[in-house]
Amino acid sequence: MAARRVSSLLSRSLSASSPFLSRSQGRNLSNGSRIVRRFGTSSAAEEVISPSVQVSYTKLLIDGNFVDAASGKTFPTLDPRTGEVIAHVAEGDAEDINRAVKAARKAFDEGPWPKMTAYERSRIMLRFADLVEKHSEELAALESWDNGKTYEQALTAEIPMLARLFRYYAGWADKIHGLTVPADGNYHVQTLHEPIGVAGQIIPWNFPLLMFAWKVGPALACGNTIVLKTAEQTPLTAFYVGKLFLEAGLPPGVLNIVSGFGATAGASLASHMDVDKLAFTGSTDTGKVILGLAANSNLKPVTLELGGKSPFIVFEDADIDKAVELAHFALFFNQGQCCCAGSRTYVHEKVYDEFVEKAKARALKRVVGDPFKKGIEQGPQIDLKQFEKVMKYIRSGVQSNATLECGGGQVGDKGYFIQPTVFSNVKDDMLIAQDEIFGPVQSILKFSDVDEVIRRANETRYGLAAGVFTKSLDTANRVSRALKAGTVWVNCFDVFDAAIPFGGYKMSGNGREKGIYSLNNYLQVKAVVTPLNNPAWI
Amino acid sequence: MASRRVSSLLSRSLMSSSSSLFSLRGKGHLVNRGVAQGYSNLASALEETITPPVKVQHNQLLINGKFVDSASGKTFPTLDPRTGEVIAQVAEGDVEDVNRAVVAARKAFDEGPWPRMTAYERSKILFRFADLIEKHNDEIAALETWDNGKPYEQSAKIEVPMLARVFRYYAGWADKIHGMTVPGDGSHHVQTLHEPIGVAGQIIPWNFPLIMLSWKLGPALACGNTVVLKTAEQTPLSALLVGRLLHEAGLPEGVVNIVSGFGPTAGAAIASHMDIDKVAFTGSTDVGKVILELASKSNLKAVTLELGGKSPFIVCEDADVDQAVELAHFALFFNQGQCCCAGSRTFVHERVYDEFVEKAKARAINRAVGDPFKSGIEQGPQVDSEQFEKILKYIRHGVDSGATLQAGGDRLGSKGYYIQPTVFSDVKDDMLIAKDEIFGPVQTILKFKDLDEVIARANNSRYGLAAGVFTQNLDTANRLMRALRVGSVWINCFDVFDATIPFGGYKMSGIGREKGIYSLSNYLQVKAVVTAIKNPAWL
Repeated sequence: MAARRVSSLLSRSLSASSPFLSRSQGRNLSNGSRIVRRFGTSSAAEEVISPSVQVSYTKLLIDGNFVDAASGKTFPTLDPRTGEVIAHVAEGDAEDINRAVKAARKAFDEGPWPKMTAYERSRIMLRFADLVEKHSEELAALESWDNGKTYEQALTAEIPMLARLFRYYAGWADKIHGLTVPADGNYHVQTLHEPIGVAGQIIPWNFPLLMFAWKVGPALACGNTIVLKTAEQTPLTAFYVGKLFLEAGLPPGVLNIVSGFGATAGASLASHMDVDKLAFTGSTDTGKVILGLAANSNLKPVTLELGGKSPFIVFEDADIDKAVELAHFALFFNQGQCCCAGSRTYVHEKVYDEFVEKAKARALKRVVGDPFKKGIEQGPQIDLKQFEKVMKYIRSGVQSNATLECGGGQVGDKGYFIQPTVFSNVKDDMLIAQDEIFGPVQSILKFSDVDEVIRRANETRYGLAAGVFTKSLDTANRVSRALKAGTVWVNCFDVFDAAIPFGGYKMSGNGREKGIYSLNNYLQVKAVVTPLNNPAWI
Repeated sequence: MASRRVSSLLSRSLMSSSSSLFSLRGKGHLVNRGVAQGYSNLASALEETITPPVKVQHNQLLINGKFVDSASGKTFPTLDPRTGEVIAQVAEGDVEDVNRAVVAARKAFDEGPWPRMTAYERSKILFRFADLIEKHNDEIAALETWDNGKPYEQSAKIEVPMLARVFRYYAGWADKIHGMTVPGDGSHHVQTLHEPIGVAGQIIPWNFPLIMLSWKLGPALACGNTVVLKTAEQTPLSALLVGRLLHEAGLPEGVVNIVSGFGPTAGAAIASHMDIDKVAFTGSTDVGKVILELASKSNLKAVTLELGGKSPFIVCEDADVDQAVELAHFALFFNQGQCCCAGSRTFVHERVYDEFVEKAKARAINRAVGDPFKSGIEQGPQVDSEQFEKILKYIRHGVDSGATLQAGGDRLGSKGYYIQPTVFSDVKDDMLIAKDEIFGPVQTILKFKDLDEVIARANNSRYGLAAGVFTQNLDTANRLMRALRVGSVWINCFDVFDATIPFGGYKMSGIGREKGIYSLSNYLQVKAVVTAIKNPAWL
């Protein structure tokens, strides 16, 4: 019950009763809250709150022990609120990946992991979920500190979702069925669904723990062992939950965690000859490199979850207020740092002006500030590089003659806070309508009819997700099929239940994570055929 | 019934009680076949080249429902492996032809009619196609044998019937592609749609031209995709004939486009095309790596790979040795040894090793090699001079590395690409003939002592395509079945290829599975559709 209640916070986050929405509405009504400021005021960002958590784990987790990098090198992980150092973290490189692969190989080839019963594996994952709940405040604080996302989001949506996902996958562990297969002759045919072996997993910085869950959950449930590389921006929480996994009884070597950089640790994982599978979440450009490395090494199968430029389509019959709120959420959630962000807001011409006016008003009211403050909706961008990239796209939007409705600048003078920014009169050929900005920049485009918007929505190399707002069943059914995207949210957005598959068409990726589909990524299919003597039936 | 009967010829081909071609031939030819006298004195049989009972009707590219010349006007010769002589000049597709084919396939997909027809209509076209295959069985089989060199009886009685059987299998899937409704964590109605991916590029090899065509086209069409298929340059002919039959069956133009041509030109153009949504390739591991890299550098199209193998065939001490010898022989020599899943490392327990080697040698010497159009012939020529030379090089290598040559070891006759059935014993794991895929009639027999050892050695390969296990012991069978890191384990049988059985590789033998229910996901995208619901009666 707890899991359902809490994870619905994210699912329902923008239905009328949700904390996210009530926060934005509450502000309008009560306006008494001290922390509630328009983004133009920067004082909230000045007073830096001390996170209520210690950094306990900064070393690589290899074979059940926290160890220094072979080179002894470390790198700093920074607080996005200030750019200051939180901690120095062991910097894994090729040699550390080799050590981790060796440990994972042993835990797979000699056991105990794949030789334990599925029930035993599931019990460990369930115990882990309990420990996540027990330590949810520390985990949320660490996630928020390292990433800059709001503490409330981490605490009330993401950490509960982490526990929920591991309970989901724990439930799968003893439900991996092969098939018996009808033959054309006197043969008994069966398929075994076996673990692949050692899985390499490379996760991004925007949802460090949720991406950890999407990767580690199915791999462990299916009996694989893991070498996980975290993003260099956000190495801290994975170590913490790695410790919780050991506490929960995970044998050494089953889950190895290496912090480090893509060009070194990531590349050596992708090209490793003893890694049997690779899963990557990140940019499309890096995804292409990863796949190339897999092709040039041992042809390990690759799951990719990459970039997006997802359309959010508002038809003339939509509930405009709700569409404005959800379009706002679809883009600005997590500082706009979502691969599935609704970053092309297509609005029907009959409601366009009203929509733009309201979207602008909503963005102006977005509460930006220290993510540890209560009621804050938006924290800083992850780092200087992303900050500058977003600012560059904002300038590009202005230069290409989109109308800057609001925002466009930095908030405050330290850290990486950016004003919620809205462009109207955006054209399909502008860079801000084509590239993934990955920041708080909403682009609103106008359309006249369904055929046109389907064509324009599909005219992108990406195909990750889409939002559709309409009351018409015919429109919803037609557009759902016509959009080339892995997820279509109709009158909702960013619903991320554990059972819903997520992944991309086209250059947004290969494969699906979450749901029953995610299990295939971590299973090999073996056909076993035996002749039958005098069978009672065929 | 007919299809079950005929395809069981392949399934049952080596059971002692079956009416199969192979068992008849394997035993019968010793007694009464005029052509089968032991390969060393067969040269005379090879001299009389039989004229194939078929005309080459189609030698152009099939694009948008029409046979057309290549844009460049260029052609290339396809050769008769029996003689090295030209069968026909065939249009040579290149980048521009692939582009034309993709435009046609794109249109048939994006504007229809193919994915907009009902699944039932699509299935009926595939069923009609299967009927036409049966009607033209002998003609198709003759063309396949002429171009490839495989025995006509194998083509006519096994492969072409299997082609019809595989298409009926997939026709049956067309209206059974179900998505799911999915439990949500909140007030949302969740469903998944299993949609066709779009335009599939498919690149097939020369060893089983039509069966590979069916493994590729069958699931792609059943799932509603359109296709650009590139055939192997060694064997372009039979695909063009069945391409015509597909259209006779009512396939709309542009749904299947067939381009003959070469890998570095037409093949590379498919793998790197920005408007192709999916590529499936069967061939060598080295080329598979190139294909995947081209996909990664272009538009990240999803890739299915079915690549090389060095499959272990494990004979335990409690096995029925005579049956094991016969099946190990079949596992290696079938189709002139040109099978990706050939049982090319024959591991035999030390207690039965000497007996096994003796019998395997005798069986190989009795193998009937000759003009594939002759009745009773078990082995025809290798597909071309490149393969022929490569195999002879490996045979020399086996001799040089100190393996014992028990039989064969040289070419047969003076024309075409015939090779003597060759058996090496005393083969060690580190010899090249025990590591590389030879793709020819060369059996390598290795000795082992215990199960732990043979598991370790069998798995000590970059490949992981298939394995054979011979034992009467249930514990041994169950243990090996799980321990071997391969996509197919045949226990007391080999090369059972029913349409329902998934096939594909672990490790560097490939990615994904073909045939069976698993093959459908290669040609489907999963779309999650989530709708907010108000006041739901249940969640």
